[in-house]
Amino acid sequence: MTAVTAPTALGAPSTAAVVTAPARRRPRLTPMRRRRALVAWGFCLPFLVLFVTFTAGPVVASLAMALTDMRSADLRSPFAVNSVGLGNFVQLLGDTRFLTSLRVTAVFVLVGVPLTLTLALAAAVGLNRVSRLRSLFRVGYYLPVVTSIVAVAVVWRFLLQPDSGLVNTMLGLVGIAGPTWLDSTTWALPALIAMGAWRNLGTLMVIFLAGLQTVPRQEYEAASLDGANAWQQFRFVTLPTLRPVMLFGAVITTIGYLQFFEEPFVMTQGGPLDSTLSVSYFVYQQFGFGNYGYAAAASYVLFVCIVALTAVQFRVFRER
Amino acid sequence: MSVRTPRWLYGVLSLGLVVMVGPFVWMLLASVKPEREIRQVPPTWLPETFTLENYTALFSRLDFPTFFTNSMLVAVAVTLGNLVFCSMVGYALAKLDFPGKRTLFALIVATLMVPGMVVFIPQFVLVANLGLVDTYPGLILPFLVAPFGIFLMRQFIGGLPDELIDAARVDGAGEMRIFARVVLPLCGPALATLAILTFLGSWNNFLWPLVVAQSEDKYTLPIALALYATGQNQTDFGLLLAGAVVVVTPVIVIFLALQRHFTQGIATTGIK
Repeated sequence: MTAVTAPTALGAPSTAAVVTAPARRRPRLTPMRRRRALVAWGFCLPFLVLFVTFTAGPVVASLAMALTDMRSADLRSPFAVNSVGLGNFVQLLGDTRFLTSLRVTAVFVLVGVPLTLTLALAAAVGLNRVSRLRSLFRVGYYLPVVTSIVAVAVVWRFLLQPDSGLVNTMLGLVGIAGPTWLDSTTWALPALIAMGAWRNLGTLMVIFLAGLQTVPRQEYEAASLDGANAWQQFRFVTLPTLRPVMLFGAVITTIGYLQFFEEPFVMTQGGPLDSTLSVSYFVYQQFGFGNYGYAAAASYVLFVCIVALTAVQFRVFRER
Repeated sequence: MSVRTPRWLYGVLSLGLVVMVGPFVWMLLASVKPEREIRQVPPTWLPETFTLENYTALFSRLDFPTFFTNSMLVAVAVTLGNLVFCSMVGYALAKLDFPGKRTLFALIVATLMVPGMVVFIPQFVLVANLGLVDTYPGLILPFLVAPFGIFLMRQFIGGLPDELIDAARVDGAGEMRIFARVVLPLCGPALATLAILTFLGSWNNFLWPLVVAQSEDKYTLPIALALYATGQNQTDFGLLLAGAVVVVTPVIVIFLALQRHFTQGIATTGIK
């Protein structure tokens, strides 16, 4: 399969439209059809206006902005700015803080996504096997998903306090001297990754649970007649059936984690010493400094990474 | 799989439950402790002294009723917008045939990959030039429709029988009438799911209100709390914990009351 397959899979309808275009060339101009089409577009009109104004327009504007030296002083005259070509992108490549943010984001994604997926899968498989208390567990595991990051941050900052925090107190009970967590350049990022997994595994668990319902019961029976143990049943029956669901889970989690912003904002402000500076947080900082063009360029780098990674994931999961 | 549940599984799952829910329990318990006890080493679980002073401080030191009202107002407006607009588009995509439909849907899917930060800066420039910074419309307008809602409604409406709609057409009903009188009344469960998820999303929304709400009388709850928490008061634990409880409580109540709709909604859009 070529790389083209990947975006196709996500935006399947668009390619389908291209492929079937000749076949679909039917008489469009009958008054009846035209009226129907007008009505249909009428239904979409409020959405279209909002979509063009607040999403599609800004996506294009952002790219245009990335090619200029726009600063906050140009806020009221966004068209009276100078083009700098690819200057912002060149500057980004030499900006050590931006490179740091790329590295931090990469670690967050590479460690966080597999961690969250594994925990969510384990929780879903576990929950699928218990009969009693299942809904209690499900509600409990999902709870962090619905709560505000700000509230969560208040609690976690407190739990992670070096001396009086609950986490280090617990570690102390088993004889481990806990680190200073958010004040440590080594431990701040792992703490945020753990928090991200804690906060997001509920969504994936629910999706996986729904996926597990689609595994045919007979397959387990057949497998166990063949003498497969629990692990082999999981490996050869459950996992293959869950593949599309896993792909979906991996894609949405990766897209989300590549943009991680709220955790560093509320927990560490990117520190200590930029050790939790994510790309999104870098963009936000540059926006705050008034470097709109530069910030837009950095955000586009992130955009390209997201598209590329999504494409890679579709390829990896599809093949094999 | 007619295997009995091993007992250790309950043990592991319960341990997981403590990790997932424990922080919230601890937050609630700590919020009714006096400041001195919150900082105590080693920490206590149950409050030795019960006090509501942290909650009264929310009202005396912060304008909490205003923040609460703002959060509510924005969330309700955003939810209503999504219910109306997403179901309209969902209906068109599911049941009407028109040129450009596939392209439109592909476009909506593609926006899922656009990072928030990419649209954020031009959106801010736009809103600033429309004079909407620090206004309710500025907080609400960008969120009135969302791709997620369109998927959900398209998925659900697509599952409704075509015969119903055709029958109404034969009776001479216009599309608007069919949508309002035939389709929408059948969409109860999907609309409920969409309403809950949108409300929560708006209630917990962070980056946009942080930038657009610039004066204190436009702050939403999370923004007020976050700004307080990152300012000079970040060691004001009692008040922050009480604030966190107030931010989280409405959401948890809604979630517990309607949790079935959540999981259904996520499973629906996730699977198919």
